[in-house]
Amino acid sequence: MPKVTIDGIVVEVAAGSTILQAAEQAGIEIPRFCYHERLSIAGNCRMCLVEVEKTPPKPIASCGYPVADGMVVHTDSPMVRKGRRGVMEFLLINHPLDCPICDQGGECDLQDQAMGFGADHSRYDENKRAVPDKNLGPLVKTSMNRCIHCTRCIRFITEVAGVPDLGATARGEHMEVGTYVEKALGSELSGNIIDLCPVGALTSKPYAFVARPWELQKVDSIDVLDAVGTNIRIDARGTEVLRILPRINEDVNEEWLGDKSRFALDGLKRRRLDRPWVRENGKLRAATWDQAFDAIATKLKGLSGDRIGAIAGDLVDAESVLALKDLLASLGSTNVDCRQDGARLDASRRDFYCFNTSIAGIEEADAILIVGSNPRKEAPVLNARIRKAWAASGLPVAVIGSETDLTYPVLHLGTGPSVLTDLHSGSNAFATILANAKKPMIIVGQGALARPDGTAILAAAWRLAAHVGALSFDWHGFNILHTAAGRVGALDLGFVPGPNGKGVDAMLDGGLDLLWLLGADGFDSARIAAGTFVVYQGHHGDAGAQRADVILPGAAYTEKSGTYVNTEGRAQRGFKAVYPPGEAREDWTILRAFSAIIGKTLPYDTIEALRARMEQINPVFGRVGFMPRFGCSDHTGPAGDPSVLSDAPLVSTVPNYYATDPISRASPTMAACIEAQSQPALAAE
Amino acid sequence: MAATNGPAFEQPASFAFDADSEAELATIVARYPAGKQASAVIPALYIVQKQMKRDTGSAWVPLKGMDAVGARLGMPPIRVYEVATFYFMFNMKPIGKFHLQVCTTTPCWLRGSDAVTAACQHATGIKNFGETSADGIFTMTEVECLGACVNAPILQVDDDFYEDMDAGKVEALLAALRRGERPPAGSMTGRQTSAPEGGPTTLLFAPEA
Ligand code: SF4
Ligand code: FES
Ligand code: FES
Repeated sequence: MPKVTIDGIVVEVAAGSTILQAAEQAGIEIPRFCYHERLSIAGNCRMCLVEVEKTPPKPIASCGYPVADGMVVHTDSPMVRKGRRGVMEFLLINHPLDCPICDQGGECDLQDQAMGFGADHSRYDENKRAVPDKNLGPLVKTSMNRCIHCTRCIRFITEVAGVPDLGATARGEHMEVGTYVEKALGSELSGNIIDLCPVGALTSKPYAFVARPWELQKVDSIDVLDAVGTNIRIDARGTEVLRILPRINEDVNEEWLGDKSRFALDGLKRRRLDRPWVRENGKLRAATWDQAFDAIATKLKGLSGDRIGAIAGDLVDAESVLALKDLLASLGSTNVDCRQDGARLDASRRDFYCFNTSIAGIEEADAILIVGSNPRKEAPVLNARIRKAWAASGLPVAVIGSETDLTYPVLHLGTGPSVLTDLHSGSNAFATILANAKKPMIIVGQGALARPDGTAILAAAWRLAAHVGALSFDWHGFNILHTAAGRVGALDLGFVPGPNGKGVDAMLDGGLDLLWLLGADGFDSARIAAGTFVVYQGHHGDAGAQRADVILPGAAYTEKSGTYVNTEGRAQRGFKAVYPPGEAREDWTILRAFSAIIGKTLPYDTIEALRARMEQINPVFGRVGFMPRFGCSDHTGPAGDPSVLSDAPLVSTVPNYYATDPISRASPTMAACIEAQSQPALAAE
Repeated sequence: MAATNGPAFEQPASFAFDADSEAELATIVARYPAGKQASAVIPALYIVQKQMKRDTGSAWVPLKGMDAVGARLGMPPIRVYEVATFYFMFNMKPIGKFHLQVCTTTPCWLRGSDAVTAACQHATGIKNFGETSADGIFTMTEVECLGACVNAPILQVDDDFYEDMDAGKVEALLAALRRGERPPAGSMTGRQTSAPEGGPTTLLFAPEA
């Protein structure tokens, strides 16, 4: 490995590293605009100039210059400083002086660098060039005068998102970054170009002129609008969540965030349940907590355990799931289920319901089979990882299900689950590719499980995985891709029917006198049998609340501290950024309070005690943030007869990315996205 | 709001390669190894421009033409837009029947390109570079060095170089074009290729064997 000396510090770096990377390793920061470690190297801003001894006496762009053994680099010599000052002066020639009205102000790379290398005045007397703004759809706002042509947005959309809509047209003074023909960006990851843009050319449209970064309180959390468990930072001011940004987590989301997770936050302010309600004479009326609890307690009196049940929704935190399970257990009920969409998930073994390869593990795979899932819509950030793996190795990806553009080329093997049988018997050509692969992956989506033959498909997929060698001591290639952030946590806590317990279907079909819905809106509430008394605990007045007899206002994920287990089985914890609105409370405390009223007090009164109990039930909750990867030594598959497959085509459970849950359904921004989707060529603004 | 670089005038609703273009395209695409068809983008854009000239009398590259190139070469449309807008040789809007390209780079300028420009303006009524004459026959653009400085100044008409121009010759040339004639390209003073005025001064005899 080459040794280089940077400002007197000697570092040994991997061969092929650039000077900029070596400097980073030596702890020396080099200013940059176009360079980004997750994008290809463009080398067009020239801000990263350094001086290298024994080369022609001119500054060198360090981001694209490979190191050589014995190289001596200076990053703070007079030549370097002069060079960077010159670059900065050029960049500012056409950059408007509108920082006071620019949303990037306070977190702008150009502003920051100008403090270091900018002059206090301009020598440029001509007019600045004017560039018309572009309409990129409802999410990304443009101020193209500010663009410094770093091409980060173009490279991201092309390389990472794989939806090449952006480019640089014309040249020189006339060069413009945009789509050329007016259209909304087609990627589900488009919001990331806002973070990547080093200046204020691309900013958030919904967040325009809302706040200054220094006014915001920043809280670490976990996204719940899909099951990836993207690490996020919630920026709030007072009681309002104003912005959601990704945090870096190399194992999960790298530094990306899906558009829904970033922009659906205006749904947190709408259709909220901010006080308890009780149905009287067929009509909901506002009530106090005591009245609401009394109504439930009265109903519960004399009910036997098997006539009581609970369904947990998609956005629930593990804490409230356990509190609910314990509450039902104290009432003698094992009628609990977290699979509101009817997915035939097998909770008997953890690797039957997790994304066992892990998200980072996708990059090691050498063949992928996707069954009944559209990862681009169900988990865009995870899909970007598949694309990354494909871009690096060109690995073959095959799909059973609908034919859609996943942003990388796929082999479409068919639409029905019978293809699994063909692959197993070897009559499908892709079987050879899977069998020859060293690290094959099979990804099973909820679209393959939430159907009558889901058990059989699950068993068939597992059988195929075992057959093609996807299950070995050091590689677990069987994966379930979830869409619900709360699902794996609930499965980990055993929120599935106990012995003789009723599942979702039995509960809805009149098997119950009292049904407790914990944020469960994912099914047609008309399916709930007429006589059933429904308690809805949740944060949005969505489907479930309409049908409720008692509504208990809970907290959304931004308003409570909660543990979520992502599709990989990684437990992660989010913190509370704001208080729930009105009289709404954190969900586990509601259940704890109610348990005391009916004399079945739950044995914990702090969240720490509750978490200790979670850990007792499943050690997974003791390793927050950390996830060991396991191989598979027991090839026994999930219960189910892999031969009773139907012919019905496999379809994704996410028909529309922008409306999947109560929060995104309440969001005007998401509604605008749906609108823009239906008209690719936007009308002139 | 439409981008300044974006298509801002009337675009044909469709574009399909005709038989001539298809034949030409096939030869060009075959020059590149499989998977590298995108390398053919520039010649393919020329084919579009030439077909438009055949079909409409105006050599330009419409949006649908770029899309057709992208679809044929397996490139996202934006990649084709980038190339087409980068190069000056592609006209991104309709032009006149004849494309007058006046070289104004230093050698041509020293040899009187201002007079060539003025003569073009006078003969066509065009005021500024980039404009098309009212009768739609001529478009005049300013170009950089055409690489024929020895015979400066140059007026390029479509693909032909007319060399050693002066005001009178420009007027005569444009009048001929209007009449539907196409005077032979090359030096307008009778110079032999790029030999000195008045004939070659060196290499007059073949050396004895
Ligand atoms: S818009 Fe921003 S990210 Fe895109 S090229 Fe311009 S400065 Fe770079
Ligand atoms: S960071 Fe090196 S040229 Fe832009
Ligand atoms: S300057 Fe006109 S051809 Fe070279």
